[in-house]
Amino acid sequence: MKPSTISDNFPDTPSKRNNASKARLLLERLSAHRAPATLMEVCGTHTVALFTTGVRAALPECVRVISGPGCPVCVTPLETIEKAIGFAHRKDTVLFCFGDMLRIPGVHETLESARAHRGARVKLMYSPLEAIEYARREPDQSLVLFGTGFETTIPIFASVLMRAREDNLRNIFLLSAFKSIPPAIKALLSAGDSAVDGFLLPGHVSSVIGVEPYGFIAGEYHLPGVIAGFEAADMIEGILLLLRMIDSRQPEIKNQYTRFVPPEGNPRARAMIDTVFVSRDTDWRGLGTIHNSGFALRDDFRRFDADQLMDFEIPPVQEPADCICGEVIRGRRTPVDCTLYGRSCTPSHPIGPCMVSSEGTCAAFYKYSR
Amino acid sequence: MCLALPGKIKEILDDRQALVDFMGVEKKVSLDLIEKCQVGDYVIVHAGFAINTLNREDARETIDYFRQLSGHSL
Repeated sequence: MKPSTISDNFPDTPSKRNNASKARLLLERLSAHRAPATLMEVCGTHTVALFTTGVRAALPECVRVISGPGCPVCVTPLETIEKAIGFAHRKDTVLFCFGDMLRIPGVHETLESARAHRGARVKLMYSPLEAIEYARREPDQSLVLFGTGFETTIPIFASVLMRAREDNLRNIFLLSAFKSIPPAIKALLSAGDSAVDGFLLPGHVSSVIGVEPYGFIAGEYHLPGVIAGFEAADMIEGILLLLRMIDSRQPEIKNQYTRFVPPEGNPRARAMIDTVFVSRDTDWRGLGTIHNSGFALRDDFRRFDADQLMDFEIPPVQEPADCICGEVIRGRRTPVDCTLYGRSCTPSHPIGPCMVSSEGTCAAFYKYSR
Repeated sequence: MCLALPGKIKEILDDRQALVDFMGVEKKVSLDLIEKCQVGDYVIVHAGFAINTLNREDARETIDYFRQLSGHSL
């Protein structure tokens, strides 16, 4: 598919014309930029939107935008995928998951192939709320929610578990693979090997957590960050703000996406996360263990822990040979540096996790930049 | 995965839910994560839940954008 250009995306109607002229104006300013800069986004929606809006193609050559660990599929460890497959095969058990988890290769199979060929029970959900209804209807079935995602998604699962407790549902369980974005950024920065000059920060995660949790980026690491929306003008404006702060050496955390991100985020949603979950160290595929970046159930909610259903072994896991997804999400290398990319690893036959999700860096590169 | 869409509250239903209009498609949405809202407010919705409320003018701008993007896989 040929990348669309900014003007393709803004047909000529008054309100669109305003948006388009804003984008063009901002882009003009951006094209005057000469100093090289490497920016990192940490949100799969940004990865895709930068391509589909044409913003990536329109950036001056000296401005490079790389994708960090912002795709839940890409950072879910292989052991967790195997656990999910194990639950899907378990007797009287059904696994509920988001669609983009279906095709991640496990050791022997994917959730999709386990369902198609071996009778595993996997249900796709649009919202985890569907689980409540199902659990009521099928009291003899155990229902395992495959909890993947970042702070945008976590309060939703918290709400569902609070509801399950209120309704005294005993057959809902959670496999928590949730992750927190700020500790991952901190881990990348403290490793000191990602040559990033600034961060384009995720709009919808920030809609929940607000601005403050990113303070360390400017405070401790003296780098700028901008919370940005997903329209062309939003992302260009975010990039411009970053470049301006890089040039002036006055790093701050700015909020470009004020219409969806109040400075304090959503305190009620955060309180619900805190009611149900407690921070724990967790493994990120490609990044290793990151302190306090995961979410375990609190004692009051431990009866929902899917681990208690584990009456199966998971096979020993090994990362696919030659796959460099880990390096890609650290921003050290790009998909085209990988010997598998576009040859044995393609969206229809993905080998590494970054090729599986449509939001994965490799899949987005494959679809839009070839 | 953190994709979220703006919609307009058409009707407040019982059980902490609302009927939300997404560019002509109506869907039930949970209001459990937000403090307060009323008919006519715009909310930003992810996986069946409103995660925040937003101001009317901004939502309209975004809806225009998603409308023109329809057909693109975002």
